[in-house]
Amino acid sequence: MSAKLEYTRKEIRVYLDGEIDHHSASLIRTGIDDAIILRRPELLILDFDGVSFMDSSAIGLVMGRYKLMRTHSGKIKVDNLSPSAYKVMKLAGIEKLGEIRVKETVG
Amino acid sequence: MKSVNELKMVLESRSVNEGFARVSVSAFVACLDPNIEEITDIKTAVSEAVTNSIVHGYREKEGKIYITVNLYDNNTVRVKIRDKGIGIENIEKAMEPLFTTSKGERAGLGFAVMESMMDRIRVISKVGKGTTVTLDKKIRGKMI
Repeated sequence: MSAKLEYTRKEIRVYLDGEIDHHSASLIRTGIDDAIILRRPELLILDFDGVSFMDSSAIGLVMGRYKLMRTHSGKIKVDNLSPSAYKVMKLAGIEKLGEIRVKETVG
Repeated sequence: MKSVNELKMVLESRSVNEGFARVSVSAFVACLDPNIEEITDIKTAVSEAVTNSIVHGYREKEGKIYITVNLYDNNTVRVKIRDKGIGIENIEKAMEPLFTTSKGERAGLGFAVMESMMDRIRVISKVGKGTTVTLDKKIRGKMI
């Protein structure tokens, strides 16, 4: 699991890569939070394109970042969810927290 | 319903083992010829149950997690995940979506995810003795 951060003036895009579970989520959380606290972006985009597996720990990851972004009135967007990842996210009503985009599947 | 194959394993309650647990269970189920969605469902449910044992059962301290997988002649898989941790005081409450006793960043959706991914879930727990979660799923495979 890794997270690569890309900055523009008002946004941070986080490219998540690998498997997100309770173990791996704890490894990437701090790096993302440090960047949010330092830059206070208007929008945080969590990009799930490279995520091959996730359980409810990913929901905790999104909710936690949402709370942190809200402390400076920032917004979040969850991008490129796979259909199976969306199935998990849906249980949490995550669409109430911000924009969600499911990636188009081939075939 | 007759068991035709069985896997038993014992893991240390370390979060690094969550990945191994779900991957090995799904690999064992592979001979029932599940489709990709069914494999993902099983992996996700196992990941939730094992994480619960580590985070709640053993409170991230040392302990052992016992996993038994049975494959039945009617193409059903049963996964039992047992710990000898602190147990659950109120199972009904614990299974409510968004309820969590964790101070960390847990969404409180572990059981909700297990319920939605599997056909049936049973939770047996005794305070001070431990918890057993039993997950059943019929594998329909590529027939549908």
